[in-house]
Amino acid sequence: MTRRLLISLGVLGVAAAVVSLMAVPVAGQAQKPAAPAAGARAATPAKPAARAATPLRTPWGDPDLQGIWNFATSTPLERPAAVGEKAVLSDQEAEEFAEKLAFDLTRDRRDGGNAADVARAYNEHWMDSRRLQLGDKRTSLVVDPPDGRIPPRVPLTPERKQVAQELAARAARFNAGLPQSHQEFTPPVRGIIRTDRPPYIGTIYNNTAQIFQSPGQVVILQEMIHSARVIPVDGKPHISPNLRQWLGDTRGRWEGTTLVVETTNFRKDAGAVYGNANPDTFKIVERFTRVAPDRLNYEFTISDPNTWTRPWTAMVSWSKITEQLYEYTTHEDNYDLVHLLVGARVREARGEKVPEPSGRPAGGGDDR
Amino acid sequence: MTAGAVTAALLCMVGTSTTIAAQAGAQPPAPGAWPRFTVPRMADGRPNLNGIWQALVTANFNLEDHEAQAGPFTELVGTYTAEAAGQSVVEGGVIPYRPEALAKRKQNFDNRTKVDVSKDDTWHDLGDPELKCYMPGIPRATYMGFPFQIVQGSSDALLFTYEFASAARVVRMNWKGESPGDFWMGWSRGRWEGDTLVVDVTGQRKETWFDRSGNYHSDALRVVERYTLVSPYHIMYEATIEDPNVYSRPWKISFPLYRRMEKNVQLLEFKCQPFTEELLYGRFRKQ
Repeated sequence: MTRRLLISLGVLGVAAAVVSLMAVPVAGQAQKPAAPAAGARAATPAKPAARAATPLRTPWGDPDLQGIWNFATSTPLERPAAVGEKAVLSDQEAEEFAEKLAFDLTRDRRDGGNAADVARAYNEHWMDSRRLQLGDKRTSLVVDPPDGRIPPRVPLTPERKQVAQELAARAARFNAGLPQSHQEFTPPVRGIIRTDRPPYIGTIYNNTAQIFQSPGQVVILQEMIHSARVIPVDGKPHISPNLRQWLGDTRGRWEGTTLVVETTNFRKDAGAVYGNANPDTFKIVERFTRVAPDRLNYEFTISDPNTWTRPWTAMVSWSKITEQLYEYTTHEDNYDLVHLLVGARVREARGEKVPEPSGRPAGGGDDR
Repeated sequence: MTAGAVTAALLCMVGTSTTIAAQAGAQPPAPGAWPRFTVPRMADGRPNLNGIWQALVTANFNLEDHEAQAGPFTELVGTYTAEAAGQSVVEGGVIPYRPEALAKRKQNFDNRTKVDVSKDDTWHDLGDPELKCYMPGIPRATYMGFPFQIVQGSSDALLFTYEFASAARVVRMNWKGESPGDFWMGWSRGRWEGDTLVVDVTGQRKETWFDRSGNYHSDALRVVERYTLVSPYHIMYEATIEDPNVYSRPWKISFPLYRRMEKNVQLLEFKCQPFTEELLYGRFRKQ
């Protein structure tokens, strides 16, 4: 039991438990290039003009994004219902928000009984402390639509509905501690992909990426799952659509000082594409802009007419850090995957059954 | 045909025959001899090692001499798993194991396709790590038979990213101090010695192997690699391997790395976890 909850909280799910966080300086935010997010942006202060005038450049003339970056943030992906239409908090509200957040996310407190204690088993030791730094007073990472919320989903085709039902059944079995096989686990649990698959959205920990550049290439090494995403910026065409990859196939170009990245060719496996979108029509465009020596704006626009009613855009500010990025592994020491399967077989022998589907998402299903 | 066209055609023929004549008198470079060339350099003057590279040796089967041989499960897959013959890449031919350390190599080889992950404390005991899709460690990542990419820019770190298992390692230039932990791909400290990139790798997990023949090391492993451009298309790779628990002295491997020259070359994915999960976890499936 403990193992299962540990896993579902820590290695996998996290999404619900985590409002991931970090400082998004308002000054940096204002320097974003033009993009479809006018609603939220209007609420931010004007940029200091001096900064943009001297962008950092590599010796071969490209904007310089090299370094180690952290993308934890205190701002939730979607605007919480409680704040209504408000896009940016006042200083007073921000202070209250920070206090409440720090309290809500404290996992070392003991005021909830045994069940709550177990649910907080991934305690403060695991947490990226940067998720508590309130540098950004925005109420959502989503900047478009202007309501700060991901647009509604479109009705699914019968085929995709069937897939969704199968995923829900797997989630129910997982949550009941009764997974049938390793194939029922999500890609993060199996150690295949995690935050290395775009978009990059923070989790409770390991919100670190190191950017390397050479003439014609930008490469982003994400701490989790350890894979490096090579982004040619030399005009090379995409690989054939016959070749699909977990991280897709990525091409970049410079627009002024912004690196614009388009990724296609995602695999069709369950969980391979963000939000279980349709891999044939899913599109993601990411924009990286270094707005200050220690600050990079990361903006992504997602579209899939077969999944969402309209495209949507979010922005996360990354901050340059002086710590190192360390190797992250899952697969090589994935003891818990075996514990979960062995436990499931024991439960079956005892006659335990999977409850009716509750609609609760699978642990690790979308790990954000 | 106009006079001008005739002249052009003749000139063209003369030019062609001259080229052929020049080639006929020249010898191809002897293996291991590298004609003089101009080293491509970065803005800081260091040799530019950027590119996608691949070893062509069969060292992943065995670092030492090996005959062509049937692979495991030949009764099921015929020659699919058979291994090519190859000459030793070890200087002097043989790895200088301490006498008492040799038995474990044989044991590794005998158990190379066996797996038992039912207990945490013996999880890693059986099976070639390659079979289980582990990150291969250094130097094995270099000669897995998959390409890897060197990314060298203007920061204080280089990236080596490998197609096999999406393994990656950061080479920190002029890093002071010891490895802060144990990692599957180790902790790499880089420095330049003239035009050679020297990478000192410590902090490697003790469970990695060097090849499918069970050549192994302990947690005292230290690997010092040397990458030297010897032509626009080749890096000479050398690694000195030191582990007093297992070998009686340091030993060295070397072979060239070849620049991949396909016009559309790029690293593709070999995320092999799904290819080994049935072997590792199939026995825990619901019956």
